[in-house]
Amino acid sequence: MSVLVYIENVEGTFKKSAFEAVSYAKAVADLAGQDIIALSIGQVEESELNKIGTYGVSNVVTVNTDQLGQFVNQAYASVIAEVAKSKNASTVILSNTFSGKGLAPRIAAKLSAALGAAATALPTVDGNKWQIKRTVFSSKAIATEELSADKRVISLSPNAFEVKENPVSVSVENFQPNVAGSDLSTVIKDIVRATDKVSLPEAEIVVSAGRGLKGPENWGMVEELAEILGAATACSKPVSDAGWRPHSEHVGQTGIAVSPNLYIAIGISGAIQHLAGVSASKTIVVINKDPEAPFFKVADYGIVGDAFEVIPQLIEAFKAYKNS
Amino acid sequence: MPDTTSKITFSDNNSTFNSAGVQFIINPYDEIALSKAVELAEGGKGTVTVLHVGDASSEATIRKALAVGADEAVRVDAPARDAWFVANQIATYAKDQNFDLILTGRESIDYNGTQVPAFVAELLSIPSVSIAKKIDISDSSATVEREIEGGKEILTTSLPLVVGTAEGVAEAKIPNMRGIMTARTKPLNVIPAVEVASLSAIKSYETPAPRSTVKLIDKDNVAQLVELLHSEAKVI
Repeated sequence: MSVLVYIENVEGTFKKSAFEAVSYAKAVADLAGQDIIALSIGQVEESELNKIGTYGVSNVVTVNTDQLGQFVNQAYASVIAEVAKSKNASTVILSNTFSGKGLAPRIAAKLSAALGAAATALPTVDGNKWQIKRTVFSSKAIATEELSADKRVISLSPNAFEVKENPVSVSVENFQPNVAGSDLSTVIKDIVRATDKVSLPEAEIVVSAGRGLKGPENWGMVEELAEILGAATACSKPVSDAGWRPHSEHVGQTGIAVSPNLYIAIGISGAIQHLAGVSASKTIVVINKDPEAPFFKVADYGIVGDAFEVIPQLIEAFKAYKNS
Repeated sequence: MPDTTSKITFSDNNSTFNSAGVQFIINPYDEIALSKAVELAEGGKGTVTVLHVGDASSEATIRKALAVGADEAVRVDAPARDAWFVANQIATYAKDQNFDLILTGRESIDYNGTQVPAFVAELLSIPSVSIAKKIDISDSSATVEREIEGGKEILTTSLPLVVGTAEGVAEAKIPNMRGIMTARTKPLNVIPAVEVASLSAIKSYETPAPRSTVKLIDKDNVAQLVELLHSEAKVI
C-alpha cells in the first residue's frame, strides 16, 4: 500500500499549496507506515520536479502527454485514479484548490474511496478507519469526519499545514496513461491571471477593505500596504457589489473563504456574512473608526481610528520594519 | 440550510447538530443555480426541474422554488445524509431524463464541501465545473468562466454538463404573486431514494476556541502594532 500525492502546477511551477500537500502526504505516509509517491501532470521542468525532494518525497511520477497540456478535471481525475491503481495507492492526497475541488470527488468516485474534503490537520489512522478534521457551518464549527472505506481521498486546505523540509534526491518516472476521448470534451479558451498580484485564497497575509474607504479611487493606499507586506488585497461584499472592486476579491459567506496567517480589515464593520469568510485566519487586525464595530469582537488587535489617517502611518511603520 | 445568523450548537455529546430554534433557508448558492436555470429557460427555451433530497418538512421550500419559476419538482424522500448520498440521488434521477444542464450551488453553507457537482458529473460520466462565475449556453455547448487562484479561466465544453454556481452567475429571483399562485398547482413528485453505501460520517463537532479579547492599539502609535505582529503574533 502507498500514499499518492497529486501536485498541481501553475504554468509549470509548483505553488506553496502544492508543497504543503507534499509535506502533508509525507507525514500521512509516515503515520500509516506506507510508501509515498508524487504525481505531476503536464509540462514541468526537471529542476521544478526536483523541488519535490526538498519535502521528503523521492518517487516522482510524471504524465506529460500533449492531450493533458491543459487542466481538464475529467481527464486529470482519470489519470490520477489510473496511477493510484497502478501504484497500489490506497490513499490519494491533493490540495483543495479551485481545481482540486473539481478533481477530488471524481477521483474518490473512480476508486470507490471515501472523500475527506478540505482537511485542516493530519488524520488519525486506525486500520481502515481514518479521521480528519474540517471546518463546517461557514467556519463556526470544526467536524471530525470518519472515513471508513478501504481507500480514501483527502484534499488539504491551503495554509492549514506547514511545509516541512526533509531533503532527499528525486527519481522521476514517466507514466503513459490511457485517456479516453470522452474525458476531453472541455477546452480552455483563455486564462486571465493578475500575475503581479498575490493569489487571495493562498495568501499568507491579506489586506482587506470595506465601505470605510468611501470609493474605488482610494484603493491605492490599500494596494501599497499590501505590496509592502507581500499580501493579497480583498474587500467586503458591499464594495464588490458596488463595483469598486472585482467579485474575485470578495471575502465572506458568498465569496471566498480565506485562512491567512494575518488578516488586516480596514473600514469593514464585520457583518456575520463577512466573518464567515475570515474566521479561520490565525491573526486578525481590525482598523475602524467606530469602536462599536462588531469586527472588534473577533479581532486579536484593533485600532480605533480613521482609515485615511491610519493606513498612511501603517505603510510607513511596515516600511521601517522591512528596512530594519 | 440554517440561516447565516443562526447560532450553531450541538447535542448528544457534540455529535448532532442542534436544529431546535434554527431558521432554515434555501442555500444561497442554490438560489443562484435556480435563478440561472429559470433565466435560461425563459421564453419557452426549456423547462426547469427542481430536485430536493429531504423529508416532507421541506415542501414549503420546494413550493418557493416553483414560485420562482421552476416547472416541476421532485423530492427524493430521504434525509440528505452526505454529499455522496445526495449526488447518487441526483445522478440516478437525471440518468433517464436527458437534462442538458444540471446546476447545483457551488457548496452548501452548512457542510461547505464543494463535492456534489463533481460527484454527480463523475457518476454520469459528463463534464463539470465546480465553481463557476458565469455560464453561457448555446445549442450543444457551454462557455463557462470558472474561478482559479488569482484569476479566472474561460472554457468551452459539451452538454450535458454539471455546474456548481457561485456569485455572479445570476441575480437571485424573487417570486411574484403570479408565481406564488401557479406554484400551488405545479407537479411535485415524491420518489424513493436509492440505497448508497456509507463511506464516511461525521463523528463529532467542536466549536473553535474563542479569540482572546482584542488588544487595542493607539492610532498614533501604529509602530506598536508592527512590533506585536512580529514578536507576539509572529505573523510577520
